[in-house]
Amino acid sequence: MSQGAPLLTLSAIDKSFDIHRVLEGVSFDLAKGEVHALLGENGAGKSTLMNILIGVYSADAGSLTLEGLPLIIGKPSDSARHGIGMVHQHFRLVDRLTPTENLLLAADDHPHLKTRTAARNALLATAREVGFTLNPDCPVGELSVAEKQRAEICKVLALGARILILDEPTAVLTDAEASSMLGAIRRMAESGRSIILITHKLREVVGFSHRVTIMRRGKTVAAGLDTTQLSIEKIASLMMGSSASSVAPSSTPDTTTSSLQPRGPDLLAIAHLHAQRDDGAPALTDVSLRVRAGEILGLAGVGGNGQHELVETLNGIRSASAGSVMIDGADALEFPPNQRRQLGLRVIPADRMATALASDLTIAANLSLTAVVRGRFGRFWLNRRRMEREAKASIEQHDIAGARPHGRMGLLSGGNAQKVLLAREIDSGMKLLLAHSPTRGLDIRASAAVHQRLREAVAQGAACLLVSEDVEEIMALSDRICVISAGKITGELPGDASAADIGRLILGHE
Amino acid sequence: MEQFITHWLGSTPAFAIPLALASMGLVLCERAGVLNMGAEGYMSLGAMTAAVLTLTLGNPAIGILCAVLAGATLALVFGFAVVVMRCEQILAGLATMAVGLGIAGVVGRSYVHKSFEGLQPLDLPWLDQLPLVGQLLFHQDILVYLTVLIGFALWFLLEHTRAGLKIRAVGEDPASADVAGVQVQVQQLLAITASGALCGLAGAYLSVASSSIWVDNMVAGRGWIALALVVFARWEPLKALAGAFLFGAIEALLPRLQAIGIPAPIYLMNMLPYLFTIAVLLVAACSGSKKGMEPAALGQPYVRQDRH
Repeated sequence: MSQGAPLLTLSAIDKSFDIHRVLEGVSFDLAKGEVHALLGENGAGKSTLMNILIGVYSADAGSLTLEGLPLIIGKPSDSARHGIGMVHQHFRLVDRLTPTENLLLAADDHPHLKTRTAARNALLATAREVGFTLNPDCPVGELSVAEKQRAEICKVLALGARILILDEPTAVLTDAEASSMLGAIRRMAESGRSIILITHKLREVVGFSHRVTIMRRGKTVAAGLDTTQLSIEKIASLMMGSSASSVAPSSTPDTTTSSLQPRGPDLLAIAHLHAQRDDGAPALTDVSLRVRAGEILGLAGVGGNGQHELVETLNGIRSASAGSVMIDGADALEFPPNQRRQLGLRVIPADRMATALASDLTIAANLSLTAVVRGRFGRFWLNRRRMEREAKASIEQHDIAGARPHGRMGLLSGGNAQKVLLAREIDSGMKLLLAHSPTRGLDIRASAAVHQRLREAVAQGAACLLVSEDVEEIMALSDRICVISAGKITGELPGDASAADIGRLILGHE
Repeated sequence: MEQFITHWLGSTPAFAIPLALASMGLVLCERAGVLNMGAEGYMSLGAMTAAVLTLTLGNPAIGILCAVLAGATLALVFGFAVVVMRCEQILAGLATMAVGLGIAGVVGRSYVHKSFEGLQPLDLPWLDQLPLVGQLLFHQDILVYLTVLIGFALWFLLEHTRAGLKIRAVGEDPASADVAGVQVQVQQLLAITASGALCGLAGAYLSVASSSIWVDNMVAGRGWIALALVVFARWEPLKALAGAFLFGAIEALLPRLQAIGIPAPIYLMNMLPYLFTIAVLLVAACSGSKKGMEPAALGQPYVRQDRH
C-alpha cells in the first residue's frame, strides 16, 4: 500500500433517520491499493456510511473528497462514474433479469459493454479472473444466495470499479470459498484498486486488511489503524466497548448442555425426498434425514446445492415430487405451512426480510403476527394494547437495541431483525426449529446470541435442523453433521468432526 | 358465408386498433412499474381533439398528430403526479381519466354529431389485388399498418434494446435499477408519456378513421378493456396486439350477426366483450401456475431515501 495523500476521505459525516441519529461526526479515509477493513457491530452505522458514499443516502452534514478534490455525490450513478462500486449484503440485482442483463443495465458509462455479447464476455472474463463459476444466462431470481453474490461481485468488477466496497462478502461463503475470495480481494488491491471491506470476521481483518477503522453506535472509535499493530483481542475490545470478554465462548462448541441431554424421539424424519428447482431441474435427490428431540443436526454444504429448496419444501411453500416428511410423527408433506406450524415447526429462513418479516409493518406487529393468526389478541377485535405490551416485554427480554413497538421493522439492523424473528419463532409451541443461515450478516455478539437461543431451545427438548454454509457455525453447534452436495446427502459425521473432514465431504461431489 | 366472413374480418380492425394501441401503451407503462388507470380519459381526449381539428382544418393528419400530443400531455400530468410528487397511482390515474373525459365533453360539445371526411383506406400496390386476403389485409387505412408496426417495434424495444432493459428493470426493481445508474424517474416519465401518446392515437382512430364523427362518450369503456388486455397479454406488446384483434373480432361479430338477421338480444350481445374480458382474466389467472409475469414493482411509488 502506498503512503501519502489519501485517495478518498469522508470527514465529519452526520446522518439521521427521523429522530434516530445514525451517524455522528464519522470520518474515514482510503489509500490507493489498500484493503481497509470497516468494523462495527450491527447498527453501528457502517452500511449507512457506505450508502452515503455511493449516493443511496445523502449526508446531513460533512464532506467527501476524492484525490484531494471535493466529491459531490447526489445519486448512485455519480459514485459509479467516479469508479466507486459496492457489493451490498442485500444484492442489488434485478431478479427477473440475467446476470448479463444486470451488467448491461449498469453499463451506461461503459461503451465497450453495450452489447449483450460484450457484457456476457466481460462477465465471464471477470468470473475467470476471480475464480468463480457463473451462469450468465439464468435469471437472478433462480440463483442461490451464494450464486447471486458471485454475479453481483462480477458485475461490479466488470464495470471497472477502482474503489470497491464489499459488505460482508464472506458471510454467505464456505471457508474454502471465503479464502479464495479474500485472496482475490488481495490481488485486486495489489493491482491498484482500493477495497473497503465490511466484515464481522476478525480473522479476515487481521489476515487480509492493511488498515482498520472501527465504528460503534454511529461514531468512529478507531480511524485507520495499522492492522499489523493490532491483535484480535484488541480489535474486539474496541468494537464491543468493555464487554468484549463476554463473547469469547461463542467460538468453542458448547458440549455441556447438549451432550448430557438424553435424545428423544424423531421430531423430523425425512425419507427419500425429491424436489425440483424453479426451472424444473432436480434440486433434491433421495434426501433422508432424521432429527431427534434435544439435538441439533447441522447440514453443511456450499450454497446452491439444494439447501434453499429443502428449507422451502419443509416449510411447505415448495411441493415435493416424491418422498415423505414426518413432523413429530405426523405425515406433513401434504400439509400447508400453517398446519405444519401447528405440528410445532418453526422456521428461520435465510432471507428473513423476504420470507419471515414484513419490513413495512411495525415491530410489534411482526412480533405478534403468528399469535394474531392463532387468535391470541382477540378472535375479531384486535387487542392492540396487549399486543404492544407484550411486544415491549419481548423487546426488553431479548435485548433488541433501538427497537420501539411502534417502530418500522425495516429500519432495524440485520442482527436486531433476527432477534425479533427468534423472539417470535421460539415460542412454547415449538418442537422443531428449522434454521437456515441464522447468523448470516450478523456480528459476533448477535451471532453468539442467536447460537445461545438455538442451544437453549434444544436443551428444552426441541429438535433443530441447522442449515448453514458456515462450517464454523455447523461445528460449534451441531450434535451430528450431514453434508449436502448437488442435492444429495453425501455423508454423516459426528458433531466433533474436524473442518477438514467436513470440507472433504462438501467438496467431494464437485 | 364467405361474404359474411369477409365482412366480419374486414370490420375487425375498426374495433381492434383502438384496443391494440391503448393496451400496448399500457403494457409499456406497466413494464416501467406504473399502473395507469387513465387510458379511458386519454382516449376520449384524443378522439375529441382529432375530430374537432379535422372538422375545422379539414386535415385528418394534423388532427391525429394533435390527438397524440394531447394524450401525451395529459399523461405527462399524470406522470408528474405519480413520479415526481409520488401520488397514489390508482387515484391519480382515475383523476386524469376524469379530466380527459371532462375536457372532451366540454370542448367537443358544439362539434357533436357533425360528420367529416376522415382517414381513407390505403391500398398497398399489388398486394391488395391478391385473391381473398388482398382486400382484407391490404385495403386498410395507414393507422392499421402503423399499429402492427408499433407492436413489433415495442416488442423489439423491450426485449432487445438497452432502453427496453432499463424500462423493464425499473418496473421490476427500481432500487436495484437506481443503484445500477438508471434514472428511474426519467424512464417512468418517458414510458408514461409514450403510453399517453398511444392512447391519444387510439382515440383518434375511433373518431377520425373508424367513424368519421365525434359523439360524446365515444370511447365507451375501451380504455378499461385495454387495461384488462394488458393482464391477458402477460405484459407483452405482441400478445396485446394479438389479444386486441381477438377482442376486436368478437366485437365485430355483433353487428354482422344482426346484419344477417340472427335474432340475438342486443343487451346480451353488448355484454359480450366484457364477459369475454372476465373469462380471459379467469383463464389467465388459472393458467398462470408459474409466478405471473406481472412487473414486481407495479404500482409502487419509488422513493430513494425511504428504503433501507
